[in-house]
Amino acid sequence: MIWVVSGRPPSRFFFVFIALSLGITYWAAGRTRSAGDFYAAGHSVSGWQNGFALAGDFMSAASFLGIAGLVAKSGFDGLLYSTGFLVGWPLVLFLIAGSLRAVGKYTFADVVAYRLRQKPVRIAAAVGTIAVVLFYLIAQMVGAGKLIQLLFGLPYEWAIGIVGLVMMIYVLFGGMIATTWVQIIKAGLLLGGATLMVVLVLSKFGFNPLALFAKAAELNNHVAIPGIGPAAKSAVNVLGPTDHKPLDDLSLGLSLMIGTAGLPHILMRFYTVPDAAQARQSAFYATGLIAFFYLLTFILGFGAMVLVGQKNIAAVDPAFNMAAPMLAGVIGGEPMLGFIAAVAFATILAVVAGLTLSGASALSHDLWVNVFNEGDVPEAEQLLVARYATLAFGALAVLLGIVFKTTNVAYMVGLAFAVAASANFPALFLSIFWRRLTTAGAVASMWTGVVSAVGLIVISPAVWVDVFKYKDAIFPLKSPGLVTIPLSFVVAVVVSLLGHEPSAETKYEEVRARVADGAAVES
Amino acid sequence: MDSPRNPPPTGRPPQGVLPFVLSGTMLVIYLGFILLVAYDKPLLGQTVVPGLSWGILLGALVIVSAWLLTFVYVSVSNRRGGMK
Repeated sequence: MIWVVSGRPPSRFFFVFIALSLGITYWAAGRTRSAGDFYAAGHSVSGWQNGFALAGDFMSAASFLGIAGLVAKSGFDGLLYSTGFLVGWPLVLFLIAGSLRAVGKYTFADVVAYRLRQKPVRIAAAVGTIAVVLFYLIAQMVGAGKLIQLLFGLPYEWAIGIVGLVMMIYVLFGGMIATTWVQIIKAGLLLGGATLMVVLVLSKFGFNPLALFAKAAELNNHVAIPGIGPAAKSAVNVLGPTDHKPLDDLSLGLSLMIGTAGLPHILMRFYTVPDAAQARQSAFYATGLIAFFYLLTFILGFGAMVLVGQKNIAAVDPAFNMAAPMLAGVIGGEPMLGFIAAVAFATILAVVAGLTLSGASALSHDLWVNVFNEGDVPEAEQLLVARYATLAFGALAVLLGIVFKTTNVAYMVGLAFAVAASANFPALFLSIFWRRLTTAGAVASMWTGVVSAVGLIVISPAVWVDVFKYKDAIFPLKSPGLVTIPLSFVVAVVVSLLGHEPSAETKYEEVRARVADGAAVES
Repeated sequence: MDSPRNPPPTGRPPQGVLPFVLSGTMLVIYLGFILLVAYDKPLLGQTVVPGLSWGILLGALVIVSAWLLTFVYVSVSNRRGGMK
């Protein structure tokens, strides 16, 4: 078969993309003069462009490689991720997008800190941001390493190093302007490539998706596949959920839905547009693009299951992450494989750049500028610190990618969502909509969210049993969201009600006025 | 409802109760789906027509409904002049 190493076309597409993106970076570097340019592309991105960039940030390696792989492996179970990842977007649009742009400047901490005391809020928010970004980064780096290793035969560590280097060039020199345009181009390529694949897959089934699903169900009725899960599944299980614990489903579902509205690298994008109206518009476009993409994953996953075969996919990667590129090879030959592999790589590169920028902004804008120097830092120094922070984050990403080599990609992203939903969302939501929120309440909620989510992950079956090899997990659920999200809300409310902060209530009127007015903060 | 152009800063959300109604609808739809996944797995595995299970049908409908809700929000905001 054709998905083996050494293919020329993969490298050709790959180099075209790298050259193009570095060209964009060169162009963007000339336009990155202020901190506002570096963090928020000078607030000059249009709603449409930001819609594509948001979709690009969200359609990560976990979505494309991970979900297609999960569906190819276990059918319907993978589709739970498709629906869960999407349903958070309407919440972002209805509750967060406009307010964020109207009240903040560069990071979501700007909004939470607006009417509260700056220092404690920003420290807690920066910790939440960095925790989420690190979980997310590990998943992307591992995905990138595996993909390059497979396609070009490069050693894993080399692959990770290349991703780190190219991504740092984008962010260091081109800041948010370069990162946004790389993201827009990649979103277009990914949507186009996935659509083309779906058309080719469906052409083999008379353009009837049901014929494909029926075929998948039938295959799994007859063929037993050793080594990939609990024997062969029945037709019912391929098209429906497998038997896992109900509370696990609920917890994962809740984390995925709420987590989207707490992802710092997504929230940061709403500052790249000129005003709140454009921010809402961009969330609307992003939702449409992402919904379309996730519907495509249904076909891609089952297509890989039927046309490539579970045995073949498992032989290349037991975690099934290579299902989508292998499907491309089967339906479109080597050029298609090369194109899709390059798209998958571009996806990872762009998402890693966005994550690094977001982590760097927490370090430089929230901590250095607003906590250590109380907002009084010259523009040139802000830029310099942001670039040092980028270097630090890039190096950390490479290191973590190497340390966590064997981690399951989709699962890691699920954990990032759980931390985002518990640590960031409750404080952000309440700071926009609840007058009585106090500094103590917001800070307690954010710390509770980070500590409880990360802590419960450590004592959950995934780490306590699988990594530490203890016999029984202390915490029974695989994802902590069901416990930690409500806990974080309760802590915020109880602690706030115990105290009083008149200035926070007075400034709340300012927040409401700004949101209602829809104008942007001066930049 | 307030005049869209100049709503007084009364502490109300930007478009009155609409954001909360729509968010609530999305929560109910998705949690309903997840509760079915959690507690009635056999039902979702049953096929409506050959090749199409309730699970896949409802999953796709959840995605489509999410998009429709955002469409409703944007249409209403546009009519009220809240969004250009």
